[in-house]
Amino acid sequence: MSQTRKQLLTDPLVDNNPITLQVLGICSALAVTSSLNVAFVMSLAVIAVCGFSSLFISFLRHYIPNSIRIIVQMVIIASLVILVDQIIKAYAYEISKTLSVFVGLIITNCIVMGRAEAFAMKNKPFESFVDGVGNGLGYSLLLMSVGVIRELFGSGSLFGIMIFEPVSNGGWYVPNGLLLLPPSAFFIIGFIIWGVRTWKKSQVEAREYKIQTLEEH
Amino acid sequence: MSKLNNILTNFKNMPVDGMTKTLFVAITLCLVCSMVVSFAAVNLKEVQEVNKAIDKQKNILQVAGLYYEGIDVEKSFSSFEPIVVDLNQGKFTNRFDPLTFDDKKAAQDPQLSISLKEDPASIGRRTNFATVYLLKKEDGSLDKVILPIHGYGLWSTLYGFIALEKNGNDIFGLQFYQHAETPGLGAEVDNPKWKAQWKGKKINNDSGELMITVAKTQKYKEHHIDALAGATLTSNGVDNLVKFWMGEAGFKKFLTNLQNGAA
Repeated sequence: MSQTRKQLLTDPLVDNNPITLQVLGICSALAVTSSLNVAFVMSLAVIAVCGFSSLFISFLRHYIPNSIRIIVQMVIIASLVILVDQIIKAYAYEISKTLSVFVGLIITNCIVMGRAEAFAMKNKPFESFVDGVGNGLGYSLLLMSVGVIRELFGSGSLFGIMIFEPVSNGGWYVPNGLLLLPPSAFFIIGFIIWGVRTWKKSQVEAREYKIQTLEEH
Repeated sequence: MSKLNNILTNFKNMPVDGMTKTLFVAITLCLVCSMVVSFAAVNLKEVQEVNKAIDKQKNILQVAGLYYEGIDVEKSFSSFEPIVVDLNQGKFTNRFDPLTFDDKKAAQDPQLSISLKEDPASIGRRTNFATVYLLKKEDGSLDKVILPIHGYGLWSTLYGFIALEKNGNDIFGLQFYQHAETPGLGAEVDNPKWKAQWKGKKINNDSGELMITVAKTQKYKEHHIDALAGATLTSNGVDNLVKFWMGEAGFKKFLTNLQNGAA
């Protein structure tokens, strides 16, 4: 893989992460991260949808009339999402019950549409596919990090395997119930964004306004 | 042939943003996508149905307290005896094969169901025949009865089972296997802590009045289930549907007959 293609894949992981930098796709990140199994399946679904929708849209990019391009993108994304949803329902029924509406809501996930509109409409199919997968991976990386924190401290387990024996099972760990509720993901994502921006100063946006002091006045 | 070629060249040379090509792209894309989607839906349906059936059996095992992680669902399920009940008579019937009888379909069949005038559970029509599951002890005596129940919550119809002790009045458990209530609020009907409340509650009081209630405030301890916080409408739905199915229009006749050995 050439240098630029590699960058397409790795850039969205930290430097241009769709969640921490662009702050997209937050809704599903709150909902599906309370257990790692679910977060993992959701990640795979988003990677698949994001990669393939970019691929197909890029193939068609010279034939898509400008006036209906958003609708065309939506139709392609929606079909892929339904496909993924059907497959999960057939082969991972338990997980599909927990994911419930959130697989369907990938359609409205701004990351997928954003990549289609911003990248796939202007670039070659293979590059677009790599870019889609890269962004899916960036989303997954964050989903899994949040999932690890929430499941480990919220229920004392990882991927359903007991790590800290909770008190209710006669162990020592008192699970933090807040971490199982959606708002906790807000706090965790907030802290991660803070951390990333402290590490990579270039991600800090310029202030839109400046508080004036008396001397300057 | 050259005429066709002409048309094709003409079409190729048309601007992408023109009306003809826009329509062409829109229609072709819709056709292709709908074919892909329906192909997937039709082909995967069988696997999904099997999953649903196993999930239903698993839920029956769970409501009867027989489910453990890693259990062979189909094998354990064989200790249950499915049997169809005629709700109007309150008696078992052998008119249908319990293994293939579909309660949900029957509820839509005017021959097999009645339209409800009083409809607290908002189900529209009630089937005249329902599949119940009897759990027998090793000596053949009745251990538990599992009854199917359903009714409208906030967004969706909740489908589930209620397990009763052999006296037909003490609840052993309640579980929903299909619903689309709000995750985190109404969907807490799946929360094990909330479900645990049902165990040991009594449906009727000693004089046979229907007393079981899902509510915020407790009136009678042995008939009271705490409503879900933040999910008033789902709780009301559960309250209504349990009352409906345990009442005269539901399984009451059957449960009375079962006690008297007249079922």
